Amino acid sequence: MDMAIALILSQDGITNGAIYALLALALVLVFAVTRVIFIQQGEFVAYGALTLAMMQSGVLPATVWLLVAMGALVTVLDGGLALKAGQGRRAAGVAGWNLGYPLALAAVVGGLAVDALPLALQVLLTLAIVVPMGPMMYRLMYQPIASAPVLVLLIVSVALHIAMVGLGLLFFGAEGQRTPAFSEFSLELGPLMVSAQTLWVVAVSVLLIVALYQFFGRTLYGKALRATAINRVGAQLMGISPTLAGKLTFFLAAFIGALSGVLIAPITTIYYDTGFLIGLKGFVAAIIGGLASYPLAAAGALAVGLLEAFASFWASAYKEVIVFTLIIPVLLWRSLTSHHVEEEE
Amino acid sequence: MRADRLVLGAFVALLLLVPAILSPYYVTLLNYIGLYAMVALGLVLLTGVGGLTSFGQAAFVGLGAYTTAALTTATDLPGWLAWAGASPWLTLLVGLLLTAAVAVLIGSLTLKLSGHFLPLGTIAWGISLYFLFGTMESLGGHTGISGIPAIALFGWTLDEGGEIYYLIWAFLLVAMLTTHNLLDSREGRAIRALKGGRVMAEAMGVDTSRSRMVIFVIAALLACASGWLYAHMQRFVNPTPFGVHIGIEYLFMAVVGGAGYVWGAIVGAGVITVLKQWLQNWLPSLLGATGNFETIVFGLLMVLVLHRAREGLWPILRKLVPVRTVRRTLDADAEPLPRRTLPKAGELILEAKEVTRRFGGLVANNNMSLEVRAGEILALIGPNGAGKSTMFNQISGVDTPTSGEVLFLGKPVAGHDSREIARMGMSRTFQHVKLLPTMSVLENVAIGAHLRSNKGVLSSAWRLDRAEEARILKEAARQIERVGLAEHMYEEAGSLALGQQRILEIARALCADPCLLLLDEPAAGLRFKEKEALGELLKKLRAEGMATLIVEHDMDFVMSLVDRVVVMEFGQKIAEGLPDEIQQNPAVLEAYLGGVE
Amino acid sequence: MTQQKQDSAAASNAGAKNPVLEVRDLCVSYGKVEALTDASLTVGEGQIVTVIGPNGAGKTTMLSAIMGVLGSRGQVAFDGRVEGVPEVERMVARGMTLVPEKRELFGEMSVEDNLVLGAFQRYRMGKRDHAQTLEEVYALFPRLKERRDQAAGTMSGGERQMLAVGRALMAKPKLLMLDEPSLGLAPLIVREIFRIIGELRRRGVSILLVEQNARAALQVADYAYVLETGQIAMQGPAHELADDPRVIEAYLGLGGKHQAMLST
Repeated sequence: MDMAIALILSQDGITNGAIYALLALALVLVFAVTRVIFIQQGEFVAYGALTLAMMQSGVLPATVWLLVAMGALVTVLDGGLALKAGQGRRAAGVAGWNLGYPLALAAVVGGLAVDALPLALQVLLTLAIVVPMGPMMYRLMYQPIASAPVLVLLIVSVALHIAMVGLGLLFFGAEGQRTPAFSEFSLELGPLMVSAQTLWVVAVSVLLIVALYQFFGRTLYGKALRATAINRVGAQLMGISPTLAGKLTFFLAAFIGALSGVLIAPITTIYYDTGFLIGLKGFVAAIIGGLASYPLAAAGALAVGLLEAFASFWASAYKEVIVFTLIIPVLLWRSLTSHHVEEEE
Repeated sequence: MRADRLVLGAFVALLLLVPAILSPYYVTLLNYIGLYAMVALGLVLLTGVGGLTSFGQAAFVGLGAYTTAALTTATDLPGWLAWAGASPWLTLLVGLLLTAAVAVLIGSLTLKLSGHFLPLGTIAWGISLYFLFGTMESLGGHTGISGIPAIALFGWTLDEGGEIYYLIWAFLLVAMLTTHNLLDSREGRAIRALKGGRVMAEAMGVDTSRSRMVIFVIAALLACASGWLYAHMQRFVNPTPFGVHIGIEYLFMAVVGGAGYVWGAIVGAGVITVLKQWLQNWLPSLLGATGNFETIVFGLLMVLVLHRAREGLWPILRKLVPVRTVRRTLDADAEPLPRRTLPKAGELILEAKEVTRRFGGLVANNNMSLEVRAGEILALIGPNGAGKSTMFNQISGVDTPTSGEVLFLGKPVAGHDSREIARMGMSRTFQHVKLLPTMSVLENVAIGAHLRSNKGVLSSAWRLDRAEEARILKEAARQIERVGLAEHMYEEAGSLALGQQRILEIARALCADPCLLLLDEPAAGLRFKEKEALGELLKKLRAEGMATLIVEHDMDFVMSLVDRVVVMEFGQKIAEGLPDEIQQNPAVLEAYLGGVE
Repeated sequence: MTQQKQDSAAASNAGAKNPVLEVRDLCVSYGKVEALTDASLTVGEGQIVTVIGPNGAGKTTMLSAIMGVLGSRGQVAFDGRVEGVPEVERMVARGMTLVPEKRELFGEMSVEDNLVLGAFQRYRMGKRDHAQTLEEVYALFPRLKERRDQAAGTMSGGERQMLAVGRALMAKPKLLMLDEPSLGLAPLIVREIFRIIGELRRRGVSILLVEQNARAALQVADYAYVLETGQIAMQGPAHELADDPRVIEAYLGLGGKHQAMLST
């Protein structure tokens, strides 16, 4: 291997690592606040990428109907409860957000010639479709069992992952998609050609990480989420409801997932089931951070990205084996260093 | 004839008739159900009973299938292995040995993982093994291996679906029987304690790490056998059926069927397999596209099961079948279990010498000394937060003092794990009751006798343990009668009132035949009459020479029962003496009522 | 027991004007065990009412049930409105706060962040005056202002208790419920805590105080209830109970007959 190849591999590694870092942060956040292990994070990546791809090919993304369906269910459940309690205005609010919004969005996306829109608008519409599924998913799938053991929540996540992959196949078909790059220029750094998309990925990741840092450090809602993660009982006594915290967290996680998908769609061909492996690598990184430390998770993500890039050069057939076998020593180290008295349910 | 035998007999008879009645399509379907149920059965043991969630079982199925496929089709086996290719029965043996070895290796790495890290670990090795099957050239890569011979049994070649059907279901029924036997035994109680009762089980002398490994290996072996049968049924293997998504499907089967129940495996495998078949025919035409859309339904079904019926379908189905679990019969003639010789009254049993325990800057116990003698009841009391629980942990060996030491029968407690301490004759109850709520009172108490018996996994699985089991149950029943719970003997422990559950813990502790009894708030939640009865029992034990240390809040109970009292505040001993002296002591009054000036 | 019940019905917190909190026949069960049986109490506006009793009598259970952390049966009327089943977020929004026995601070966050989070529910309802409230709390606890940037988890026991109380005050409560504020604290700090409780009353906060430290609690309170094995065993003006020998009995178990009557 010469220097040039090493540089190219490093570039790949850092690009992928940046995405894994975003996903890892979301996973850590979701776990800390809700104790849910967010296996289906990868599906949000795929949904984001493929929804954008569908828009660009001028087709109405089927994900919008999923949003309508989920919203309708939430409306029936929460609106019903509100009506029962005689809170008509609240019921109307629930219906507006969960049914009115998806339908309006479907009308907009269906009515416009979305393939002719500028990229930035397409990305915005993609996020508008995919991201609200996060809090709705929390409401429908996790809120009823919010106090269940971690293992039950984990199995629910796995089940949702399976269901979302199936839906992905239905929505997007078995064909892989790749979207055009955000911009066409590339940067020459010595022997290395840095593509614009790489710069986009790294820049947006860094920006997003800084924004999240500000959100958690400065805003009261961000602090409330951190407080919930640190001490659930204490947070509840401050009036921070676990439901609010859960929905907010899932909103952020879905946003990060869908945005990651949009970012990598021009670099990798995304299939309906690609998300799982991408998400799982974010997972390896999150576990390196013990599902608790954000900086360690981000560092782990870069390590996973680089390991993957170099492994694909040396032993490309075994690259997945190498990356996933890495989890076991990491898990082992994690579970030996975290001293909690074990009494799982 | 008992109703349950009748139902079982009818079920087996029906199974025997299937190939004669049903079309080959249904026979094939039943073959798959049998194969899947065997893997799901392993998960019942591992996940439902033992609480260890695995998404990676498909990899062990693959190990069994690939071992036999590679060995029976290879033409150039090295000399030392050449014998193995001669017959599928030999490759089954090789496969089981290999799987056991791999399971022990993977288990020793991943079973140490705590909580949710373990299932994540199983995803990791599940994926890794799957990619390995697909990338190794010698295993045919993604095209796989074909030309696998059929199994022959006494000259009868099982090369038709209707023939191997019998083998598959015979394997499954034998596996179910042995699993059922295993769970209903000394080892089985230890396994059933893994889920939510590890701390308690260790305190009763159960090696829970070993029990975890046992069920992990058994589950892997069941999966391996299923893989072996699969390879010889299909006569062809490729990596697809051994991926992590199939591993997830196996877990779904166990959970949907009822992960806590042996029969749940068949129900779950049946429901998921039939549903899959049906959905695969029906969904693509409905949706106008081809693909494995059944996963959508499975995923949502799974969420629904976890929301609405976390125990799975079997408990619901069981209500429809006129079968009730048979009450254990006690053998009055069983020989009593061996007993230890109790120390003579007045002999020093427990001695804490200047025990100090610091947590960072906080001193939870400061220079605490106390002693308990045979035939004496000592009470340790003090206001909330005085450090009594910490002291209790130092004495019971759960925690180690920063300085000072605790001697039990003259030997230091520090450095021994709960099991060794239990073996030395210290037995305890817990402040927050730790019992297995769905097990009967009798079985819960029987766990206490774990160290007084020794029959292992194989004897349990094949019912060679019955004489010893009768002795254990007789002893458990004796202790239950002694503490006054005889009328509740066959009820679920979780259905008892909290006070009775505390009494159950005392019976369990006594079942271990201890010479020192540590009781953590035994009277909490008891009614007046029950407290009186408990007091009488403790007095009787004292007369027999038992040494007892009791932490208690109920002052009436303490003062009328115990011989001596030690009072703690701020981690220190502030008074020690006879009950009457303590009640007059101004420092104690101050500690309990608080001072102002 | 009937005798006991009549007692508690006859005597009542008559000094309570405009009751902020009225609890009637509150029951809490853990499984089959009733941890709290038919407990009734009243807290008047601007009053300090204390619930004392030995370990394990059900004091914490009672506060948790009033706050809605635990499920219960019975009736809780707060600030003139009857709650069906209390629900934590709604109780906080309506002006009730609980300083729990374990403090439940956000250990890795700064003192100031802990305090600001105390105002979360007000902030959510659009009342964004937390900067001013913060200064008021700092004026009451100058020590917290000194340590505003320190992580809550690194503070001493007394400082943590002050932070827990300060955080609760950030919600500008109508009723402050304190669970064992003196627990595990050295006498000097206990005195400081009780001084602050008195100061809060002067500012018009109604207080429900649960304490093991009976003497200190009875000195600062207006009215007191003695809780024993899940039932209100005695009640009366605090200064009267302070001299009642039966309080000592309840704590040290000198009166076997009295207890027997309660627990059968």
